[in-house]
Amino acid sequence: MNAAVLQPVEQALTQKIQVRDLNFYYGKFQALKSINLDIQERKVTAFIGPSGCGKSTLLRTFNRMYALYPNQEAQGEILLDGENILDPSQDLNRLRAKVGMVFQKPTPFPMSIHDNVAFGVRLYESLSAREMEERVEWALRKAALWEEVKDKLKQSGTSLSGGQQQRLCIARAIAVRPEVLLLDEPASALDPISTGRIEELVHELKADYTIVIVTHNMQQAARVSDYTAYMYLGNLVEFGVTDEVFIKPKKKETEDYITGRFG
Amino acid sequence: MGSEHLSKQYDNDLETLRSGVLQMGGLVESQIRGAIDAFAHGNQDLIDQVIANEVRVNEYEVRIDDDCSHIIVKRQPAASDLRLIMAISKTVTDLERIGDEAEKIARMSRQIHERGHADLHRFATVRHAADIALSMLRQALDAFARLDAADAASIIRQDVAIDTEFRSILRQLITFMMEDPRTISTALEIVWIAKAIERIGDHAKNIAEDVIYIVKGTDVRHTAVEVVEREALS
Repeated sequence: MNAAVLQPVEQALTQKIQVRDLNFYYGKFQALKSINLDIQERKVTAFIGPSGCGKSTLLRTFNRMYALYPNQEAQGEILLDGENILDPSQDLNRLRAKVGMVFQKPTPFPMSIHDNVAFGVRLYESLSAREMEERVEWALRKAALWEEVKDKLKQSGTSLSGGQQQRLCIARAIAVRPEVLLLDEPASALDPISTGRIEELVHELKADYTIVIVTHNMQQAARVSDYTAYMYLGNLVEFGVTDEVFIKPKKKETEDYITGRFG
Repeated sequence: MGSEHLSKQYDNDLETLRSGVLQMGGLVESQIRGAIDAFAHGNQDLIDQVIANEVRVNEYEVRIDDDCSHIIVKRQPAASDLRLIMAISKTVTDLERIGDEAEKIARMSRQIHERGHADLHRFATVRHAADIALSMLRQALDAFARLDAADAASIIRQDVAIDTEFRSILRQLITFMMEDPRTISTALEIVWIAKAIERIGDHAKNIAEDVIYIVKGTDVRHTAVEVVEREALS
């Protein structure tokens, strides 16, 4: 199943990320086994699977987040617009400006709402004060948070509710104008209303960004994504158009997992 | 399908749903049998019983549909579970309509026998068509119980046989009416009965198509028999 590149049928789309024969190791433990898949541009791709299946590991290879830790190694190729990001000469700062990430728990910096959003921008660009104001407002609007925080931009980011904090993190990620947005269980710590807002946001953001989301919530994957990949024990078991995966999966393993027969 | 869910309650709920459909199917089968017997023999008690039982068929439909809603809201079913529930909701509609047809046959039979124009020799063809319809329904319910797509596909072909029978009954009755205009009222009622039987065949075919959808995930409605067979056997 891993030899052929699994990709959805619609061929007219552009492949933003192409994963080729990707193996990943935590020390001696192999967490990803010969993964091949294509992520389509300006679409939402969801990774689902039980804990430890490798879905977060795969997500974290897309901006080489793992490089922060010792003894973690990726082999193979991950092409971002045709350029292999696993190449040792890859500039990691440039890569992470292109590929933004939002984590499971909201992680606002201990600074004002404004500075949370401006922080990343300052690392990559030198904007005038006015341009920065515009950028912060733009990012907060994109993250559907502007109306709620426009009168308190000087307040600490940690004073916001959990759902607002998570949208602040999304604003922070998109403020540097990335091309790809990686979301690692972005709503798992949020209540249903905040979750609904984040899902709505994902739907709006896909007009401009390529989004990859890891989620434990299968209904969420069914709701927000265009393509779904089911992973198990480091293998990519099935990858296809989301509705087909949830109505008529091709593999019995996928069927068992999404129908709750997985033991 | 086959293996069990992590949640035993979920398995129980689906099992209750499935057996409800089969019980409803059994009731509907006996309704048709009763109605056809009443038509042949003019048994008034049997006619009353079929008409009275129609309420029970309706109750089954409402209850099973309600159970489907409960499972959807509690479990958010996916893949084969989702297809099973979607198909059950459609199947009970078809079973309920078969129930309506049985009641219609019973009411027509009462009128025919009250008028006293019941010429038994012309009933043989109707009976034959009814036998085909009954056997289609029984097979459709069997295919549903065993989730057998190949069996379901074979039912769809039989629907053609019923349609042929219906046309043949129609031709016979037209001849009767031309020969003896006094038979027109009764002949027309027999046309309605034959039409009801033909509709039962259509509903049995729909149920068979639902079974193929559950098993194969392919919607085979409104496709050629050959395509259905290929899909069911794939």
